[in-house]
Amino acid sequence: MSILGNRVLRVEDPKLLTSGGTYVADVRVPELDGAAHITYVRSTIAHANITGMEVDEARQAPGVLGVFTAADIDLGVPPLLPMFNQAMARPLLADGVVRFVGEPVAVIVSERPEQGADASELVWPDYDPLPVIVDPMESARDEVLLHPAAGTNVVLALTYGEDPNLFDGCEVVVSEDIVNQRVAVVPLESRSAAAAWVDGRLWQWSSTQNAHGVRDVLAGQYGLDPAAVRVIAPDVGGGFGAKIGVTPEEVLLGWLARRVGRPVRWSETRSENMVAMGHGRGQWQKIEIGGRRDGTVEAYRLTILQDGGAYPNMGALLPWLTRVMAPGTYVIPRVEVASRAVVTNTTCTVAYRGAGRPEATAAIERAMDIFAFEVGMDPVEVRRKNLIPADAFPYTTATDAVYDSGDYEEALDRVLEGAGYQELRAEQARRREAADVVQMGIGVALYVEITAGPTAGSEHARVVVDVDGSATIYTGTSAHGQGHDTAFATLVSSRLGIPMDKITVVHGDTDLVERGQGTMGSRSLQLGGSAVFEAAAEVITRATQIAARLLEVTPGEIAFDDSNGAFRVAGGDEPGVGWPDVAGASKFDGTPLAASVDFQASEPTFPFGAHLAVVDVDTETGQVRLVRFVAVDDAGRILNPLLAEGQRHGGIAQGSAQALLEEVCFDADGNPVTSNLADYAAISATELPSFELIAMETPTPINPLGAKGIGESGTVGSTPAVQSAVVDALGHLGVRHLDMPATAERVWRAIQDAPSGKGA
Amino acid sequence: MIPAAFDYQRVDSVDAAVAALGEHGDEAKLLAGGHSLLPLMKLRLATPSVLIDLGRVQELSYVQDRGDHIAIGALTRHHVLHTSGLLATDAPLLAHAAGQVGDPQVRHRGTLGGSIAHGDPASDLPAVLLALRATLVARGPEGNRSIAVDDFFVGFLETALRPDEVLTEVQVPKVTGQGWSFQKMNRRAQDWAIVGVACVLSGTAAGIGLVNMASRPLRASATEAALAGGASLADAAQAAAEGAEASADLNASAEFREHLARVLVRRALEESAAGGRSAARV
Ligand SMILES: Cc1cc2nc3c(=O)[nH]c(=O)nc-3n(C[C@H](O)[C@H](O)[C@H](O)COP(=O)(O)OP(=O)(O)OC[C@H]3O[C@@H](n4cnc5c(N)ncnc54)[C@H](O)[C@@H]3O)c2cc1C
Repeated sequence: MSILGNRVLRVEDPKLLTSGGTYVADVRVPELDGAAHITYVRSTIAHANITGMEVDEARQAPGVLGVFTAADIDLGVPPLLPMFNQAMARPLLADGVVRFVGEPVAVIVSERPEQGADASELVWPDYDPLPVIVDPMESARDEVLLHPAAGTNVVLALTYGEDPNLFDGCEVVVSEDIVNQRVAVVPLESRSAAAAWVDGRLWQWSSTQNAHGVRDVLAGQYGLDPAAVRVIAPDVGGGFGAKIGVTPEEVLLGWLARRVGRPVRWSETRSENMVAMGHGRGQWQKIEIGGRRDGTVEAYRLTILQDGGAYPNMGALLPWLTRVMAPGTYVIPRVEVASRAVVTNTTCTVAYRGAGRPEATAAIERAMDIFAFEVGMDPVEVRRKNLIPADAFPYTTATDAVYDSGDYEEALDRVLEGAGYQELRAEQARRREAADVVQMGIGVALYVEITAGPTAGSEHARVVVDVDGSATIYTGTSAHGQGHDTAFATLVSSRLGIPMDKITVVHGDTDLVERGQGTMGSRSLQLGGSAVFEAAAEVITRATQIAARLLEVTPGEIAFDDSNGAFRVAGGDEPGVGWPDVAGASKFDGTPLAASVDFQASEPTFPFGAHLAVVDVDTETGQVRLVRFVAVDDAGRILNPLLAEGQRHGGIAQGSAQALLEEVCFDADGNPVTSNLADYAAISATELPSFELIAMETPTPINPLGAKGIGESGTVGSTPAVQSAVVDALGHLGVRHLDMPATAERVWRAIQDAPSGKGA
Repeated sequence: MIPAAFDYQRVDSVDAAVAALGEHGDEAKLLAGGHSLLPLMKLRLATPSVLIDLGRVQELSYVQDRGDHIAIGALTRHHVLHTSGLLATDAPLLAHAAGQVGDPQVRHRGTLGGSIAHGDPASDLPAVLLALRATLVARGPEGNRSIAVDDFFVGFLETALRPDEVLTEVQVPKVTGQGWSFQKMNRRAQDWAIVGVACVLSGTAAGIGLVNMASRPLRASATEAALAGGASLADAAQAAAEGAEASADLNASAEFREHLARVLVRRALEESAAGGRSAARV
């Protein structure tokens, strides 16, 4: 029996949970012997001209090998994505101007880390303060320009439809200004990298989601052939999108290693990570929705102002994905999206789990709620009325996305049944009737998101069977917690009949894996896994030919048994040959038994689901408690339910955290006020109930596995479900909307200000 | 996140600690559980040049029955308070509150003495000691002296301890059988309170300590007086924020804190009047 679809335990866990992984800072190799340590000196002011910098004292400090500023650096400024205003490019070290608190202004190389920390207090920049822009709305007015040469603060503006009569004929039109607030990424392993020059090649160890991407960026920066750069991602302690790109602190390491003639290591502190790695979300949205009194939605407009932070990064591009997914799971005939991304004197925004799609889902789900509120219908019924029907797939939306497969109403039905929706509403009515201090709120969100996109993706794999009957899988995806080793070994084991413990998975080393695009956008299984799957099939084809030769029959007469890896003559009872025999014969012929495949998908895929949250709201204190969370997530065919559930758990926790607790804040002067884990309320298990996960599998026709991505679904669906539940708890007081996170004071004030608030 | 350089000295008795403090003056800091001091040092907000580690001073770790009161050594960890059978019967408020501090790691390292000597208005246990009308014992070059808890907390992170004194003991009057309640409102289980209330109630005599309602741990004197004067629980609770100087921060405005103080004091009084939590639920 195939092990596909089974809860195969994670092969990664014994190491990660006992002796621990080998993260960049743990790497002990001869190439890094005698490595010096890198400390960045960071701006303490959000916007200022640098009029001078005193570094002599730091240069004299114990253990210091060098102190460098922008004037010393002769590497080019990394180019921005081509669609951005290039006059906003970010220098590797602040060059004359600082634009956010945490921007590196100087770099120290020292023998030991603590010497760098001590010396950093002896670097004295002179700042001439400039007006600080924290609010994107203020930035959009272009009164103070962060990058004067750009002539504007707008990084990228996109419009999709401009019909002033969009809502003509609608019986009801409602609108709301909402904020999808900025959140921190908080990987357990903060950024970390090391660099060494080895025989004229640059070797860089990097905590990254995309080793080949890092290699290409470094090659470009150093004017090297990509083959002259080796990037190694050892165990990586989480990325969530923020480790897709390469940050200036990492780019400079090779230059510093060359300059001091020693390998160098750099690991940022948690406090640095919270201000300098990049943040997620940060969209100010206006939603307008119109339709009929019977609950039919006819038109929707989403206007987005994206906070890009001080320099354009991935975040400034994400409204594009928000646009694609704007109509969500609904048939909406007329949809318009307009977006602008602007710079502010804050940390750059980057991709963060869901990257643009949670923002789309939060917006449309809020819109459905306020529409239902306005027409006085149950929000579930309004949703049901407008869902894309199951027989409509593939379905092309008003924003030109082609949804591959789905059954949204079934997902809705399963979540309602699993949660006991009617009983929940009855309990809510009882508490309202009794005017209980603790009121109940129920939030339902449907979502559909885009994975392995936004365009048709591809990925590389190579599968090799050795003479001892073991197999090695080389994948261009790059694991950082998901369980690739387990998933890919399972695929190969089930196809080749080779036991799991004789299969090795290699990823994240550009010298060992020929090509790759890394792990992001929930792409790994559907693209990387499909490549592995097809490579395994090709290995069987080749092996069958060799087995036929060994058994002196034609390939058509060979029967392969995928339960034990035996090649036999069909119908006969001879024992046949196994992997060691065919791999040995192949090697004898001078070619290893291997196959390389670049799997090319024709389209992205669109996983979907329905989430339901139940909250208790203490109407006297405003405190919110998430008491139940029920989720139907359909990511096509599930390879390993254990891995899929792990992704759902983490995603739901992070998504709920945005609704309940998390927000990155700056004061009016651009000082971060949530730059450690005491102030920034990253969620923990104690704030979460046990999730009730309901399975559903609607395979996609896009790849041979039938699989869609599951890595980000949790953050796409859960945030609006939880937010909606909080608002719903106050619905009887006349509250229609409440921004995130649902802090006690925000909830309390909403009750105080509510049309029928009681002023507890 | 690397502290500035410092010297480290381990002592094995209170007298040795007092002597070391005398030698190094205010350059030195005592180190108990380190869970308040070390984070400040890592952020370089505190830069003592000498740390005097009390960790091995065995004589400071105890919970003892002294007839009308319980005596607790300053180095007693939160976890020990939380699981002490003696406290569970004679001062259950303290045992319960100690179990609400931070997370298990914090409770296994953090000490009662450190919590009190740090003088942080956001800490839970100072408010508990106010409610219980505890007495603190400090030892300096001249020997021991007792300080009433009401005289101990002077300002933000400022106590009546002299630079050359070690806090050695906390004496808590027995409140066996009295109603009590501890209300802690925070964002996450491991967080400090946005506002907290520690309460014991016997008839109209109440002891109420407030967490995070001023620059120092504060007694809800107006509520205590109102109760003594015969006010109802709900009416007395309305005075909870009188005399408070709550600050505004990321988690709450001053106005919201005052509101919370009134709600939580009322709830604390009601729970206390109803007999409080039973010792078994500590
Ligand atoms: C993650 C986290 C969460 C926390 N959550 C909470 C919470 O919810 N509620 C809460 O109340 N606290 C909380 N704390 C603080 C915790 O309770 C600390 O342990 C306590 O405040 C200080 O005790 P300590 O033994 O660690 O003191 P230390 O950090 O060692 O010392 C604190 C200060 O007291 C001085 N000191 C220590 N002992 C003595 C003594 N015997 N005599 C004189 N001076 C002395 C030190 O010199 C120092 O100035 C938390 C801490 C952390 C790290």
